Amino acid sequence: MDVLRRSFLTLSLLAALDASSPLRAEPASIVVASTTSTEQSGLFKHILPLFKQKTGIEVKVVALGTGQALDAARRGDADVVLVHDRPAEDKFVAEGFAKGRQDVMYNDFVLIGPKDDPAGIRGKGVDEAFRKIAASKAPFVSRGDRSGTHSAELRSWKEAGVDLTAVRGDWYRDVGQGMGPALNTASSLGAYILADRGTWLSFKNRGDLTILVEGGKRLFNPYGVMLVNPDKHPSVKVKEGQAFIEWLVSPEGQKAIADYKINGEPLFFPSAKKG
Amino acid sequence: MSQTLQETFSRLWTLDRDVLAIAWLSLRVSLTAVGIGLLLGVPLGALIAVARFPGRNALVGLLNTFMGLPPVIVGLILYLALSRSGPLGALGLLFTPTAMVAAQAVLATPLVAALTRQVIADADAHLGEQLRSLRLSAPRRAGVLIYDARFSLFTAALAAFGRAISEIGAVLVVGGNIDGHTRTMTTAISLETQKGDLSLALALGAVLMGLVLAVNAAAALLRGHAVKAYG
Repeated sequence: MDVLRRSFLTLSLLAALDASSPLRAEPASIVVASTTSTEQSGLFKHILPLFKQKTGIEVKVVALGTGQALDAARRGDADVVLVHDRPAEDKFVAEGFAKGRQDVMYNDFVLIGPKDDPAGIRGKGVDEAFRKIAASKAPFVSRGDRSGTHSAELRSWKEAGVDLTAVRGDWYRDVGQGMGPALNTASSLGAYILADRGTWLSFKNRGDLTILVEGGKRLFNPYGVMLVNPDKHPSVKVKEGQAFIEWLVSPEGQKAIADYKINGEPLFFPSAKKG
Repeated sequence: MSQTLQETFSRLWTLDRDVLAIAWLSLRVSLTAVGIGLLLGVPLGALIAVARFPGRNALVGLLNTFMGLPPVIVGLILYLALSRSGPLGALGLLFTPTAMVAAQAVLATPLVAALTRQVIADADAHLGEQLRSLRLSAPRRAGVLIYDARFSLFTAALAAFGRAISEIGAVLVVGGNIDGHTRTMTTAISLETQKGDLSLALALGAVLMGLVLAVNAAAALLRGHAVKAYG
């Protein structure tokens, strides 16, 4: 039974390989539930090393849609949430899952579509553009994933006076995925899509797509940060989480956000209230 | 398409230490899961093969069904169990490599058990009569047959490894694809695809295939050695 004993030894070694990892002195760390737009735009890769250098705290980012991120935090699976859907954030605070919310940064949404622009929305106002897309039944890709961008898209239809349930058809593709996959789909279908500028700027597989409508203030996209209420979930790492939030809204953190650029274009604009 | 492929090859040379760390994590998680799968699945499969008890056929059917367990469902169930609001939340294991090992072990174990059962049942058809005439207990008979068929069980281990290293549904849900912590080859490939960086995604895919090839080659060498030395 020599071989059996040996293979057993090998197996227990393998098991020990994994067990050994928690034994290493883990640095202080927090889990931040955030959105696909902040992760996929590369923002976190730029700012988190700066924060870690300063405080030694490791930030583990789980990138989900805003709705999912808030749900994960409701279950107590995150210490901090950084998302972009103001009504959903206010609801989160009202439910008592966070004691407060702070502005961090903003960018804007842009309406993207194929260069030949079959619905003729180039340079039009936001409301008119959405009405024209619905009227021409040109293909439109929706995130359909309860993300902040999805909420903004649904609000835009409403504000344009388009009753989506009435006009929905084959042209409206609900993909139920993150910003990147939705852009990939739009790129291959030659469809219109509402995207946050950050993800668009860092997106590489653009194909024939281009920005057609910039709404400025009308398509304002603010991001807020919240510490999960430790009264709801005692496992929340209050000290480290608070340190991260304070750093984000500090002049240093705000500068780190402003400094993140792709091809010279900033992706996010700091917006913390000066204390 | 050809441009993407060209870029893929040039990207392969510039893959950095991050990729190495990700590859190592993938390997570590999946090998550990397979190790656990073997520890649980081999004895279980062998016992089911040699023992005679009521409901055995149903159990075999169930085992074979579990080979087709959707990874994302395993991930989801484990997520709900490990969530802070779940029954095992106090362990704080969600979004850790340990949670990913657990998820992949759940996927690997039925596969190992089902394949072992088949191998041992075949061995039992040859030797079972003799062993039973020696009045050995079922666990003893299972032990002897495992030893006898040990080289055939390599395939079960490799199949389990293939299932573990290539799945994404479970590790994504319970691991959270956290950069530098729970990002594996498959979740990294998916992320780059989502970012539209298709050439980097393909380059990572090539690395993953290389990894699987290396593990299979190592297993084949090991098996060859073992057969020569102990066969």
